[in-house]
This record gives sequence, C-alpha cells and structure tokens, in this order.
Amino acid sequence: MSVKKEKTTQASPARRQFMLETVRMACGVGVVGLGLGLYARQSRAHPPLAIRPPGAIAEAEFLGACIRCGLCARDCPYDILSLAKPGEPVAVGTPYFVARQLPCEMCEDIPCVKACPTGALDHKLTDINKAKMGLAVLVDHETCLNFLGLRCDICYRDCPVIDKALTLEQRINTRTGKHAEFIPTVHSEDCTGCGKCEKSCPLEVAAIKVFPIELAKGELGKHYRLGWVEKEKSGASLVPPDPEHHYNLPEGMHYDQGKVLPDEAPATPESAPPQHRAPKALKKDEL
Amino acid sequence: MNRRPTIGADAKAAKGWFGAHRWLILRRVSQLGILALFLIGPWFGVWIVKGNLASSLTLGVLPLTDPYVLLQSLFARHIPERAALIGAAIVLGFYILVGGRAYCAWVCPINPITDAAAWLRRRLGIHGGARLPRATRYWVLAMTFVVAAVTDSIAWELVNPVSMMHRALIFGIGASWAIILGLFLFDLFIAQRGWCGHICPVGAFYSLLGRWSPLRISAVRREACNDCADCYAVCPEPLIIKPALKAVDGAGPVITSANCTNCGRCIDICSKDVFEFGARGRNAETPPARSTAPST
Repeated sequence: MSVKKEKTTQASPARRQFMLETVRMACGVGVVGLGLGLYARQSRAHPPLAIRPPGAIAEAEFLGACIRCGLCARDCPYDILSLAKPGEPVAVGTPYFVARQLPCEMCEDIPCVKACPTGALDHKLTDINKAKMGLAVLVDHETCLNFLGLRCDICYRDCPVIDKALTLEQRINTRTGKHAEFIPTVHSEDCTGCGKCEKSCPLEVAAIKVFPIELAKGELGKHYRLGWVEKEKSGASLVPPDPEHHYNLPEGMHYDQGKVLPDEAPATPESAPPQHRAPKALKKDEL
Repeated sequence: MNRRPTIGADAKAAKGWFGAHRWLILRRVSQLGILALFLIGPWFGVWIVKGNLASSLTLGVLPLTDPYVLLQSLFARHIPERAALIGAAIVLGFYILVGGRAYCAWVCPINPITDAAAWLRRRLGIHGGARLPRATRYWVLAMTFVVAAVTDSIAWELVNPVSMMHRALIFGIGASWAIILGLFLFDLFIAQRGWCGHICPVGAFYSLLGRWSPLRISAVRREACNDCADCYAVCPEPLIIKPALKAVDGAGPVITSANCTNCGRCIDICSKDVFEFGARGRNAETPPARSTAPST
C-alpha cells in the first residue's frame, strides 16, 4: 500500500487506494459492529430467574452503566452475587443472583450498592425495604400447599417484610365446606423481591417465584378510576342516589340498587322487621 | 523476518541469559503480581485489591477504573458515580505518564497469551497469514463507541477478551477459555500479532493516551546497531522501531510512536545495547546529526 502511495505521478491511484482501504475498513468493521450491536440488543433479554442486585436501575440502562467490575459481588457478605460467565444466558460479566439458590439477605447497610462505582446500582437506595429487585408472584395455584387447604405458610413466615409484603388472606375452603384456606398474597408496594419466599417454598419446584417487576406487575388503564377510592377522596358517593321507586313491597322493606332490603330498624316494635312478625303473634299467645 | 534460527542468541552470548531477559522477566512479574493482588482476596481472604481491571478498590481507599470502559458507558448515556470518575482520572494520568500501551505490556492479562503465540510462531517458523492494516484497531475502537451509543449498552464488554480473561481468572471461567484459546490460535495461525497489534481496541485506546508520554524507549546507541534485526523479530509493533533506529527522515533516537508498548524486549534482545528507557525530550537534546527535518 505504501509503495503505491509513493507513485505520485498521478494523484488518482493513491487516492483510489486510500478510498478503497477506507471503504474496506468501514465495511469490515461495520459488519462486526452490526453483529455486536445485535448481540448487545439480544443480551438485554435475560432469564426472569436471574435477579439483579438491590438498587439496579432498569435493565436497558443497567447494561450501559454496569462496567462488570464485580465490586458488588465482592462486598456481598453472603456471597450470593455472581458475574455472568460467557455461555450463561445473562449479559456477560453482569451481576445477578438466583433466588431459588441463594436469596438476598437484605443487609440494612446495603454494601453491594455502596460498592458500585458507577451507579448501576443506584446510590439513592438507602433503605433496603424500598429495594425493588423483583416482585414475588404466587405463580402456581394448583400446587401451592396453602391453596390446597394446608397450613404450609413457610413463604409467609420467611418473608423479611412479613404481614406487609406477604399476607395470608382467609377464604372458605369450598372443597371441605367447613375449613379455611389461607392464601399467601403478595403486595407489590412492600415486596423487595429478595426471593426468600421462593427459596423457602418446600415444593420440588417453587410455587412462588420472584420475577422482574415489568414481567410480574400489571397496570391499570390510565383512565381507570376505582369507585371506592374516588368516593373516599371526595368524601361522598359519586353515583347519584337511586330515584325513588314505588313498588308494592312488604311492610318494612325498601328497594335499594336492585336489592330488596329490610328498613333500618327504628326501635319501635310496630316497625320491627317482618320476620319478627310471626313470633310476635306467638308472644301474644303466650301472653 | 526469521532469517536466523535463534533470535536472541547474540544477546545471550553478550549479556548472559538474565541480561537478555531482564525486562521480559520484570514484565511477567508485573503481570503476575497484579493478577496475584486480585487473587489473594478470593483465594486467601486477604483483601488488598477488590474488583477487576474494569474497576477496583485498593485497600478500601484507592479507586481505579478503566477509562475506556467508562467512556463507553458515557457513550451509552450513563453518568457514573464519582468513584468511577476519580478512578478513571487516576488511571488516565498514570498511563499518560508511563506510556499508554504500557498497559498492554505490563498489565494486560491477554499479553502472555499473544506473546506465547508469537513465540510459538517464531519457534515453528510460521510465516505470513492474514494481513490486516495496523489501523484496524482504531476503526474497531470507533465502532465500539458507536455501538455503545446506538444500543445504550457497553456492548464491547460482552465480547472483550481482555476483561473476559481477567474476570475468568478472578470470578470464574465459564466458556471464556474457548474465546482465549481462539485468540491464541488466531495469533498463531491466522495473523501474526493479530490481536494486540491490529485489532484490540483496548490497546488502541491506550495508545491514544501514550501520544505525549515522557517515558519512551530510545535507540541511544544506534550507531552500534549491527543490523541483526532481532529487535524487529521480537517487537510486537516492529514498524515503529525503524524511524528511531535508522534515523529515517532525520528522526531522533526516541521511539515516539504511541503504539510502542514500552515492553523493553528490544532492550533485552539487543547484543549491542542500542536501546534503553529514557525521556521523550531526548530527541531534542541529541544533536541532529543526520537530520534534515525536525522530528516530533
């Protein structure tokens, strides 16, 4: 190439050579860059079971912020964080943990976040209870022992934010008809995604799992209004009261929004609820 | 290049084995020592240095961050915390002083691999192969920034064999071995000094830092050169020696190319002790005996 450049009898061959070299380089490196770019895009999608450390910013931004130094992993006193190795389905070199193997212990001083030199783990996170590593979801209602009517409760008992992030909601066991089911229920406001519940689930495969929030959380339409919330906000029902209906109802009953209800009982015996009428007669008999 | 079957035989005869390998040994000590600093933490629980070459914390106080990785992060539009910025500034300052590509020769964990490939190439008498322009690395460097900006991610770190090798040794190897092996075979059979000398954008980045660094290798006794060409054979960037050694266009004796890795192998291999470490300013000091134009 340099030999040709020296031939300056005509400017065009040297320039031509230079142009050709440039185009060659641009094309060659461009193709490599295209492959790299596509790979980078693809590596954003990682398996939902690979959970980022506390304070991790949104995945798309995280991959531009994390320089894969491993300082978070080093400062984790429980050694739960590993850096993705080539061949693993997580972006190479980035930190993650698998809750089913080792969940986050939610250290109060959050050493992993403090160790991060770039802010890929957001230093604004100072209260570990506000961490949002993911969101626990009771995925399988068919195998969860509590759904089957047993009192397993292990996930609930193991939850570091017990009774806030995870509660047991009572309902009737319709199979037996006389027992209660205690349904583990996750509340996204308080769940940190630490994964203790998933780790502790005694099934072969956990019925409760931690997923990235964007995967686990639904979102109401922006225009949705919850009547009961609005009612509380305004202090009164937003629905106009039913118009007065004139039906031939039994004495002491009234009609309200599709239902026939007994009147709110004034204490006088004359206007007592109808079912008390018959006994009244009996009472008379007794008297 | 490999006219003579035993490169370095003259140097060994003149200076003894140790004299002919002094800088090489020092370099290996440096490379292994830095690796050891990172490894005694996880291996023995003595935490002197935490992290890896991308970013580390020494003795709990000194942050060091790879400015190249951080720059990619900036291209991906992330503003880092102060620790990373301070760490990168320290590293930048250091390599501006000692020669950017001193990183390649004295620190980089890939260097022993590609050195081994180059050595084996000489031993097996493998010549030629794919010819890439040496400027390819700057194209690759630019490409890594463009991809970082387009994908909003530090994309190069997904495949960068340099950081991958270092991480593999410290944090677990995974399938990294295949990539490292590929690199070795590439340098051995496909392109001579292919990776470090032509493609690696990390080296390209550090070469930019070395443009003005005061610490340079100088062919101070170039009149003594007996044209054995051993220095060309061992130099990872053989093109850069000639101007200084042969006073091409009146060039001074200092090797000014930013791509000199300050490895000192030419000092070792020269039986006439032509080369030595010195200051860049020396070019100005030496009388321009054969010079016709001022050198830079």
